[in-house]
Amino acid sequence: MTAYEMRRIAMRGGIYGTLVLFALIFLIPIYMTAVTAFKTLPETRLSTVWNLPTQLNFTGFEQAIERFGPSMGNSFTLVIVATIVSAALGSMNGYVLSKWRIPGERVIFPLILFGMFLPYQAILIPLFRFMNDIGLYGGIPGLILVHVVYGIPITTLIFRNFYAEIPDEMLEAGTMDGAGFWQLYTQVVFPLSVPGFVVVIIWQFTQIWNDFLFAIFLTTESSQPITVPLAILSGGREQNFPMMMSGALLAALPPLLVYIVMGRYFIRGLLAGSVKG
Amino acid sequence: MRSTRDRRIAFVMILPSLFLLAIFVYGFIFATFQNSLTDWGEDRRAGSAMAAARQSGFVGIDNYRNLMTDALEFDFRTSMVNTFFYTIFFVGGCLFVGFVLAALLDMRIRFEGLFRTIFLFPMALSLVVTGTIWRWLYQPVGLNSLPERLFGLEPYSFNWINSRKRVLPFDWNDVPLYLTYIGLFILSILVFNYLIKRRWGAMGWALVIAGVLGFLQGVDFWTTTVWPQTLELDLRAFTPDAPPPGPEADMKGFQVALTGIIIAAVWQMAGYTMAMFLAGMRGVPDELREAARVDGCTELGVYWRVVLPQLRPVALSAMIILGHISLKSFDLIFAMSGKDNFQTLVPGIIVYSAFDNDRFARASAVAVVMLVLVCTVIIPYLWTQLRERRD
Repeated sequence: MTAYEMRRIAMRGGIYGTLVLFALIFLIPIYMTAVTAFKTLPETRLSTVWNLPTQLNFTGFEQAIERFGPSMGNSFTLVIVATIVSAALGSMNGYVLSKWRIPGERVIFPLILFGMFLPYQAILIPLFRFMNDIGLYGGIPGLILVHVVYGIPITTLIFRNFYAEIPDEMLEAGTMDGAGFWQLYTQVVFPLSVPGFVVVIIWQFTQIWNDFLFAIFLTTESSQPITVPLAILSGGREQNFPMMMSGALLAALPPLLVYIVMGRYFIRGLLAGSVKG
Repeated sequence: MRSTRDRRIAFVMILPSLFLLAIFVYGFIFATFQNSLTDWGEDRRAGSAMAAARQSGFVGIDNYRNLMTDALEFDFRTSMVNTFFYTIFFVGGCLFVGFVLAALLDMRIRFEGLFRTIFLFPMALSLVVTGTIWRWLYQPVGLNSLPERLFGLEPYSFNWINSRKRVLPFDWNDVPLYLTYIGLFILSILVFNYLIKRRWGAMGWALVIAGVLGFLQGVDFWTTTVWPQTLELDLRAFTPDAPPPGPEADMKGFQVALTGIIIAAVWQMAGYTMAMFLAGMRGVPDELREAARVDGCTELGVYWRVVLPQLRPVALSAMIILGHISLKSFDLIFAMSGKDNFQTLVPGIIVYSAFDNDRFARASAVAVVMLVLVCTVIIPYLWTQLRERRD
């Protein structure tokens, strides 16, 4: 073995070693969450806290489902409706902005995009009063409306960049055959949209599911999505950690499943958030 | 050719979205700004502060002035200082960990997909979930006991999120002074840079700005320190108990309780930074690296001299995205230390608290400050991003 080869092997070993170390550090919190969720309360004592549970115990889960079950149902209703509506809206906006000339587009587009970076605190108090005035405060429909509206920037951006890749010649050909605005959309653009819809749906699904800010301001106890009771419990003095970790798992599971199954599309949505098309 | 009728339909189809954004984004921003210039009827209100009957009076910039100087509003200043340190350590941590991970993954390794999945999965979690999990890890039986379990060492007793300690102390009244120093430092780098490039015009401007900054600081020093002190010599003779000249000290610093929150935030966002860096690295042409290797560069040298300079725009984007996230932070802090924890207060929490303490005018002013801070990083960013695309 030459010195070069030895150095190479040492270096490879170093790279893999560091990567594995980082991976372990990244996984520690998940390990702790998973083992704690299936333990009994006494097992979370110092001497056994890092161990695997001696036997799978579902008390924590049962308590968590009892406590978070209704809010989880709210989360699902909210996420499904809001995601579908905002994907449809985004697709239409993206189609118009990429394939049709709109007066003042150079000004309008940045103004739309700014909504993506808006600190929502800057609109919360008027939003709260507005929702009160139109009678949508405190319910899931109001929260759906808010997520749809503030989702417009990102969904529009993703679809606009996606549709920019569809060659204009395809639309021109359609126009020659006499297709108008709607036919071009339903017959040319929409059938090619599946990957775009997947990216947007995944993105909105995780964003809305994970949202806490709008949820805590705009809902009352009966319409809370799961993040609200979880955050309130977590920020308080609760000591029943098996139940809390079960709750965390319940809240984490849907977006995590989406991420694991469709990771590639998730990352595309993630990188789209940094604007460049 | 596409008909005018179709164009009209296209415009009509996008109108609802534009209309909604006009109200929900720009209309509401305007309303918040308007509220921030009033007293929200706090002095003469009838019933709840949200009641429609309230009469709010115009008070100009009083709310803002109070936030910056009023002794009772010290908690806002603490929240600004907390945001400052939080931003620095959070962005720095994410960039460092993200870059190291991306560089390692870029070395043609096996199981790249698996590693990438592991580093990125925290991004899929809600900040509330992250907060809940890490709060458990920071319990005395958690991370602090890990060295003991693994290596039989003494357990730590570090207070990750409850510490009351404050390090790097400074007086809020000195902030303008520090800002001047930082400004002068940046300007001197610029001047040096222009000097080398022989861009005399730009150098002249930089020198003028530096001169103005220095002059203003000099005037401030004279009026707040030298002048009162000379006056005081006379005053002291008559009233020995007079308070010392100048505004009361308002001590700030890095709250150690933020450490735990910063670590959790880095854990969540480092993978995202890694993904950005990785995308940037994959964009560096292989020929460039090959050429450097042929010239005798070591593997580390290739990174330092070839890849890193190409990643500058990516690093800047990451800094801006992460920076604006930390300016807006709310969820994680709410879930980890609650809304009433003074040690980890941030502006986002103050706005929330308005709904508890009815101080909506002040909360509006805080919200406007947040918006302005975010705008200073985001507007130039959007500008350059969109211009680049057009070119």
